[in-house]
Amino acid sequence: MRAFTTLTSIVAPLDRANVDTDAIIPKQFLKSIRRTGFGVYLFDEWRYLDQGQPDMDCTNRPINNDFVLNKPQYKSAQILLTRENFGCGSSREHAPWALEDYGFRAIIAPSFADIFYNNCFKNGLLPIALDAEIVDGLFKELTDDYALTIDLAAQTISTPSGKKIAFDVDENRKFRLLNGLDDIGLTLQHADKIRAYETERAKRAPWLFR
Amino acid sequence: MTGKTLYDKLWEDHVVHTEDDGSCLIYIDRHLVHEVTSPQAFDGLRLAGRKPWNVARNLAVADHNVPTNHRDKGIADPISRLQVETLDKNCAEFGITEFGMNDIRQGIVHVIGPEQGATLPGMTVVCGDSHTSTHGASGALAFGIGTSEVEHTLATQCLVQKKAKNLLISVDGEVGKGVTAKDIVLSIIGKIGTAGGNGFTIEFGGSAIRALSMEGRMTVCNMAIEAGARAGLVAVDDVTIEYYRNRPLSPKGDDLVLAERAWQNLHSDNDAVFDKVINLDATKIKPQVTWGTSPELVVSVDAVVPNPADEADAVKAQSMQRALDYMGLQAGQKITDIQIDKVFIGSCTNSRIEDLRAAAVVVEGKKVAANVKLALIVPGSGLIKQQAESEGLDKIFIEAGFEWRDAGCSMCLAMNADRLEEGERCASTSNRNFEGRQGYGGRTHLVSPAMAAAAGIAGHFVDVSSWMGE
Repeated sequence: MRAFTTLTSIVAPLDRANVDTDAIIPKQFLKSIRRTGFGVYLFDEWRYLDQGQPDMDCTNRPINNDFVLNKPQYKSAQILLTRENFGCGSSREHAPWALEDYGFRAIIAPSFADIFYNNCFKNGLLPIALDAEIVDGLFKELTDDYALTIDLAAQTISTPSGKKIAFDVDENRKFRLLNGLDDIGLTLQHADKIRAYETERAKRAPWLFR
Repeated sequence: MTGKTLYDKLWEDHVVHTEDDGSCLIYIDRHLVHEVTSPQAFDGLRLAGRKPWNVARNLAVADHNVPTNHRDKGIADPISRLQVETLDKNCAEFGITEFGMNDIRQGIVHVIGPEQGATLPGMTVVCGDSHTSTHGASGALAFGIGTSEVEHTLATQCLVQKKAKNLLISVDGEVGKGVTAKDIVLSIIGKIGTAGGNGFTIEFGGSAIRALSMEGRMTVCNMAIEAGARAGLVAVDDVTIEYYRNRPLSPKGDDLVLAERAWQNLHSDNDAVFDKVINLDATKIKPQVTWGTSPELVVSVDAVVPNPADEADAVKAQSMQRALDYMGLQAGQKITDIQIDKVFIGSCTNSRIEDLRAAAVVVEGKKVAANVKLALIVPGSGLIKQQAESEGLDKIFIEAGFEWRDAGCSMCLAMNADRLEEGERCASTSNRNFEGRQGYGGRTHLVSPAMAAAAGIAGHFVDVSSWMGE
């Protein structure tokens, strides 16, 4: 996993609430058995005018010019600004894979769906939940070349006017993301405890261990 | 000391280790695996040279990509076929039990778990699928995970989790005729919204929930995720205990006595404190129909399509308008005037025997309306299909003009060949009405099995309770 420390990038505004994972990456792309290559299909039904299929070459597909990510000023955006309950719906990790593969590293919204939020941290993607009014303020301030700087260690977002916005992040997740650490390796450091738990549980609930 | 909620009890029972920041390593009793969210996890194991921690705790089945007819011919779509074959290969390589596509026990992962007794009261259950919340109906802590966590569960039999808050949704009173578990849960989502349960585990309680069968409770817990909660729970009672006698993987003999004694304690204590409590009056719930592209955009069947102009919140009004445009509906239009093109009865929400019986009662002796191009019945498992056939339900459906298919996820998310065409409108017993969910440009209205069946007969939505007499 890529570590996340600081990031300065222009911001793409996706002014919709309840953006679901079917919208982020439609189900036909879930047929892939790979972990990469989903970026070109990110927001497929909004981004293109035709119907996307897995393994399709997207270079000549008709583009929906009204969709925000197709506007040239946002092409290099690594920060997505959006509305409440982003990532609701299915547990597909293809959603953060697609966002990350496209080039996003951070998402700012008033709230996120729980599973999606959790999945982001496993993929070097930082979801930042801010008060709805602050998010609304960012939407209003936003211009074509509007850039924010995110400092994960300091847990701050700096705006172009020099204002600093603090954000919350769980200590454990922050540590893993700052260092790009693999969860499984860390958990296996507790292998003895897992074995001890299984032994003790087998006494309490023997029917689970037949 | 104050009492504990059911969620508190289940959580404490599975803590292996607690970190300084309060996050916990939680032991997972049952890991269910399907073909869509597992290939990259197995790849991860191979890359790191890891083996499953405890293969016996895993059970795999292909459900999303499987065809629901002509199974003897295999899977026509090569990409779907590769995904199912990859699951077969991975299970064989790592020694994980899998119900193959032509096994009678094959079905939707959340249907076969309880049906087999593979998921039991008091367990922690995870699966790379958000509708894992279904299994909470048994008094199990069950939630959906992403592929990284699928790999983590395979490798360690544990997950790193932070405890959620406790939300009690109490539904009291007796529901009216034609009002089902699906209508209860849709009206809950209509009330609290799709983000209402974010950060919570929901316990569903109250007399209306207690009165539900296990199947009905599964329908309610299934859609906890549409209310924003990863997990939904219903306390164990005699209905639960009766359901788990004689399941193939249920405990037997002395084990069953021990297990049932332990399961009796799987309820919230009387003095338990919830972070939030929501009360609903079951007597006021009518059959529900969603009109938009989010499950919270739902009204009673006797209502009209809402007007975005009446919504004070600008962001909400904008998404209501977008939903109306996508759905091809007008504000003020009567729900019962909405004509449908297809009917889908199935999915992990509503494909159990009780659902099929409820639909069969409605369609018996009638015919599917001329404007309905396709009416599909997709049982949740091979065993449910067999049971329904032994009761003659298949004949009732076929005579009425429905197609009687094999088990799988089917048109709930259209990863197989069953789907809506652009602009088609469907009365669906599934769980999500998102844009494109049932097929590119398809329009989904979520309803109960009885309501979907009635819409199929009438060609438009009808209040099924008016067909049920006094």
